[in-house]
Amino acid sequence: MGQAAEALLEIRNLSVSFHRYGNGFAQEELKAISDLSLTVRRGEVVAVAGASGSGKSVLASAVLGILPGNAAVEGQLLYRGEALTPGRQRALRGREIALVPQSVSFLDPLMRVGVQADGSRRPRQTERRRQIFRRLGLPEETEKLYPFQLSGGMARRVLVSTALLADAQLIIADEPTPGMGLGQALEALRMFREMADEGRGVVLITHDIDLAVEFADRVAVFYAGTTVETAPAADFQRGEDALRHPYSKALWRALPQNGFQPVAGHQPYAGSLPVGCLFAPRCPCRTEECERKTPPVRQVRGGEVRCFYGA
Amino acid sequence: MKGTVGRLARIVAAYSIKMVLLLLAVSAVAFVLVTASPVDPVQQYVLHMGTAVSSEQREEIEDYWGVDEPPAERYLHWLSRVLHGDLGESSLYRRPVADIIGERFLNSLALMAAAWTLSSLLGFGLGCLMGRYRGRWPDRLLKSLCYILSSVPAFWLGLVLLLVFSVWLGWFPIGFSSPIGALRGEVTLGQRLYHLALPALTLSALSFSNIALHTRQKLIEVLESDYVLFARARGEGEWAILRRHGLRGVLFPALSLAFASFSELFGGSVLAETVFSYPGLGSAVAEAGLGGDVPLLLGITLFSALFVCVGNLIANLLYGVVDPKIREVQE
Repeated sequence: MGQAAEALLEIRNLSVSFHRYGNGFAQEELKAISDLSLTVRRGEVVAVAGASGSGKSVLASAVLGILPGNAAVEGQLLYRGEALTPGRQRALRGREIALVPQSVSFLDPLMRVGVQADGSRRPRQTERRRQIFRRLGLPEETEKLYPFQLSGGMARRVLVSTALLADAQLIIADEPTPGMGLGQALEALRMFREMADEGRGVVLITHDIDLAVEFADRVAVFYAGTTVETAPAADFQRGEDALRHPYSKALWRALPQNGFQPVAGHQPYAGSLPVGCLFAPRCPCRTEECERKTPPVRQVRGGEVRCFYGA
Repeated sequence: MKGTVGRLARIVAAYSIKMVLLLLAVSAVAFVLVTASPVDPVQQYVLHMGTAVSSEQREEIEDYWGVDEPPAERYLHWLSRVLHGDLGESSLYRRPVADIIGERFLNSLALMAAAWTLSSLLGFGLGCLMGRYRGRWPDRLLKSLCYILSSVPAFWLGLVLLLVFSVWLGWFPIGFSSPIGALRGEVTLGQRLYHLALPALTLSALSFSNIALHTRQKLIEVLESDYVLFARARGEGEWAILRRHGLRGVLFPALSLAFASFSELFGGSVLAETVFSYPGLGSAVAEAGLGGDVPLLLGITLFSALFVCVGNLIANLLYGVVDPKIREVQE
């Protein structure tokens, strides 16, 4: 990807926290995303990979401005160089920025698929939606079905069709592959690759690093609500030494084909994040500095890493 | 659409068979209960005649009631007469039971329809309001009201309304379905509605909170669902979401609930009509029970069972109309 391509989405130092009432009247603050930065350009698929509970879905909601009422957002969000204010988010979502959710539960169970895919926008674009259904290989009669009558793959395509119908420039796909067979998963990812190749930007939120690496240009490794490393996808194929952050390396080693070694310890709970580097408690190369200060994002060999030592 | 009609016809047919069996069972149980009760229908019949009865006359009456027959045979006799449309003669009113039920039911129907409409509309509307503003003050206020209403007994509420609005304020009549002393032909619709207001309000309070709380819960479920989150992500506004997804998910459950609440409605009407001396079926049950009027009691029992069954049938049909999953099962 040439650096000249327009940056569709820029996330700078984004933090999202939720207020929650714990025991009694004590208010608890859950920090789902801390100090996250990420850029998505036209023509690019950026995979956001991380374990469950690392705040990936919250990221999608934050960009679209559909976080629940008890969420507090800090930092900067820019879409095509301009700040994404709540008003602009309202205007853009479903038009320029589209979400492709993960499962059939995101379709209204009482509504026929066709009308539902058409959306609430007027005038109705039924004809164009039919074309898109055809292009995605959905049989003619699909539009008359209810969500529970769809197979997993059909549901996925219906969800994808909504992004195509909106003609969105930025597509955020939230875990589009779990529960699918390998063939279906590949097909789904190919659709996103095609969307990017047509000049759109795609954020692919996933925990399947193997598949993400196949189709993404860059991979952002998520840990405890922040990106610890953003690397060209090719680095993951080249191996451990091409990666920059100790967590990415550990993740790579944990893949079945690379030794299947688990990382000791577990991801910190969002209600009690450690001071300093979030990975420090589990990091084999931590120093005193890591436990005191949050490391800055550094450019290293064409990637970004949030570590004092990563090289 | 032809398929839909066929499907509905099949459901109605299947349900009708169940309904007939149920009515048979209800009639048998009711008959057994009356037989086992200390009420002596012959004695009551004679008592209500108000004149002395010769022993020949009494024998004739005993013969009519089948006093010497075994209970099973008596039941079958009664049943065959019922099947021929003859519910017997009320010993209180000295008129055919069927006529009394027909007359009283019209009064009750007006009352129940008014109460039902009121509670359904209000319950649904306020339920939506509560769901929409969940956790905020309109929700908390209305929720408390609903809890209070659903824990207050209907007859007590009726007495309070009567005391406040009829006795103290004098806004509404003390009771009955028309002004005292007015001839039947002279009663206007306005007067009827005026007499209906308080009993209807009392009766509606019974199922109102049920519908409101269910609607609230359902709407909250819908609004917190994944598909509403996705609708938001697609740029649908709050109102579009309420209209497209909220109403769809909430309207028919509420409607089904309203139809399924016919039994509560009938049970409540006994209390409300008694408190307001309203001449409906409900107060007739109370009178028949207290006066030992066996034919009327049995007749109304059967009729009310039928009434509740019809409500349930409508609710069943509605489930299928609304929920495609149930429709598929029904097909």
